[in-house]
Amino acid sequence: MRTIKLLLQKEFRQIFRNKTLLPLIFIVPLVQLLILPLAADYEIKNISISVVDHDHSTYSRNLITTIISSGYFRLAGYDPSYNAAIHKVEHDKADLILEIPAGFEKTLVRESLEQLFIAVNAINGVKANIGGAYLSSIINNYNADLRAQWIQPVRFNSAPIIEITTSNWFNPFMNYNLFMVPGILAILITMVGGYMCALNIVKEKEIGTIEQINVTPIKKYHFILGKLIPFWVIGIVVFTFGLFIIGRLIYGIIPAGSILLLYAFLSIYLVALLGFGLLISTYSETQQQAMSIAFFFVMIFIMMSGLFTSIDSMPLWAKTIANLNPVTYFIEVMRMIVLKGSGFDDIKLHFLIIGIFAIFLNGWAVMNYKKTS
Amino acid sequence: MTTTVIKTENLTKRFGDFIAVDKISFEVHPGEIFGFLGANGAGKTTAMRMLCGLSIPSNGFATVAGYDVYKETEQIKKSIGYMSQKFSLYEDLTVTENIHFFGGIYGLSDKQIKEKSTELIQKLELEDQTKKLVKTLPLGWKQKLAFSVAIIHQPQIVFLDEPTGGVDPVTRRQFWDLIYDAADKGITVFVTTHYMDEAEYCHRVSIMVDGSIKALDSPSALKKQFSADSMDKVFYELARGAKRSDN
Repeated sequence: MRTIKLLLQKEFRQIFRNKTLLPLIFIVPLVQLLILPLAADYEIKNISISVVDHDHSTYSRNLITTIISSGYFRLAGYDPSYNAAIHKVEHDKADLILEIPAGFEKTLVRESLEQLFIAVNAINGVKANIGGAYLSSIINNYNADLRAQWIQPVRFNSAPIIEITTSNWFNPFMNYNLFMVPGILAILITMVGGYMCALNIVKEKEIGTIEQINVTPIKKYHFILGKLIPFWVIGIVVFTFGLFIIGRLIYGIIPAGSILLLYAFLSIYLVALLGFGLLISTYSETQQQAMSIAFFFVMIFIMMSGLFTSIDSMPLWAKTIANLNPVTYFIEVMRMIVLKGSGFDDIKLHFLIIGIFAIFLNGWAVMNYKKTS
Repeated sequence: MTTTVIKTENLTKRFGDFIAVDKISFEVHPGEIFGFLGANGAGKTTAMRMLCGLSIPSNGFATVAGYDVYKETEQIKKSIGYMSQKFSLYEDLTVTENIHFFGGIYGLSDKQIKEKSTELIQKLELEDQTKKLVKTLPLGWKQKLAFSVAIIHQPQIVFLDEPTGGVDPVTRRQFWDLIYDAADKGITVFVTTHYMDEAEYCHRVSIMVDGSIKALDSPSALKKQFSADSMDKVFYELARGAKRSDN
């Protein structure tokens, strides 16, 4: 016990004395948590639209006003022809073209049917998709409003209408911060824990102090615990800052579920993660190697964790990788507890899996650690 | 205690086809200053690592402080001190913190550590430096401090791996005064060096060439044997035939 106490004392002294690393551990993740959710927002705004209006009627002008006042579109200008408009798209000045045919108003009123043409710049697929959908839905609404004006309420309508009402559970206002902040916090914890732990151990290898430790009566498990415990504590502290200071004060996110349960999961997750860091350190001789290996995996961990994209829509092989990624489970649990208020029963399986990860990664690392010395 | 503190018989270490240490046999007596010489790549460090319990021998037999190097490495580690040229202390800890850490690791009580560190700091005249980080100390002081920390727990043997590399002549003399002090207290000193004047300070020296010990005796006897007037010539005589040296 005394040995571990001495090792912890040494480790904390070294960490708090490292003026470059300290802000990297405590400040950088919090700053990232402030910045990243703002950027990682799928809500598409400011779509530039170019309008080719061949009709110049009251109806067409009403339609354009409706579109612009929706808040999602920005008028890039009126163009006399489709060719002029596509020129704008080519120069990246417009994302969408709406072409209104000549006689739009007349045909609509007389025949109750008219066609509009929308052309979408699909270089940015997400923007194109969502922009096109927004525009269609605005036009539909406009159409419905027109009908309502024209048709007197009758006792029975010849064309039955199915009206769809949606209600968004767990995140009623579809607030992206609510969705992204817990996920990004999970990623930041992963990066701090995984990198720092691996680098710290490899540093001792690199400068050779590990050799000095190896000739003392310090046991392997003393040394490993002396390395894991500090970063476990740091992980918890950074998470707490992120959740309470940034999450609650800045984003106003208050977990719907049990905070205790969240910390229980975090504790086990950190053990698994630090085992991963330890494992990397046993395979690297220099900090550069450790950094490169860690970077490779953390990249995959982030991209395939369901943070940005839904795992359910991934192809089977990608799903398999996502399921072998510990970060996936942490992000899921974060969102389930924070947004949905899930209880232990709902995340039993997650606990089991992350527990297996913890045992497997640490077991592998410790076995490998013994062999190399 | 037996009269040998280190004993090896045909101690061998192979890395694949390469025989780093080839059947070395020698004995070191308590209180002795034993110089372990050899050109770069001769296998000194590998041999020393085996004796410290850092590396398991491929063949042969050895005991350190009466403990077997195969099975009793943990006991060996409690009985030895170790210091190397490159690293020994934590550079980002202060003088006192290093003393406290290593003293504690070797099981000294807080009271013992306090006594030892006052004594040690006085002896090294480091009174004004105790709160400074080790990395701010000049190399010579660092090495003297590292040696003192390596013997803080009064080990039976202290292993020194090129302890005076890069240190100025005056500091080297002071360093050897510390070594003599330690030997007087009964600590056996096992030291590797490239400085032949230091070899003269040793009670006995062994010279390794290409993994085996080519000569082992007191410096005066070796000089007589090779009819040389300095250890420098003795070393040159033996090591110039080496195939593995990198110079």
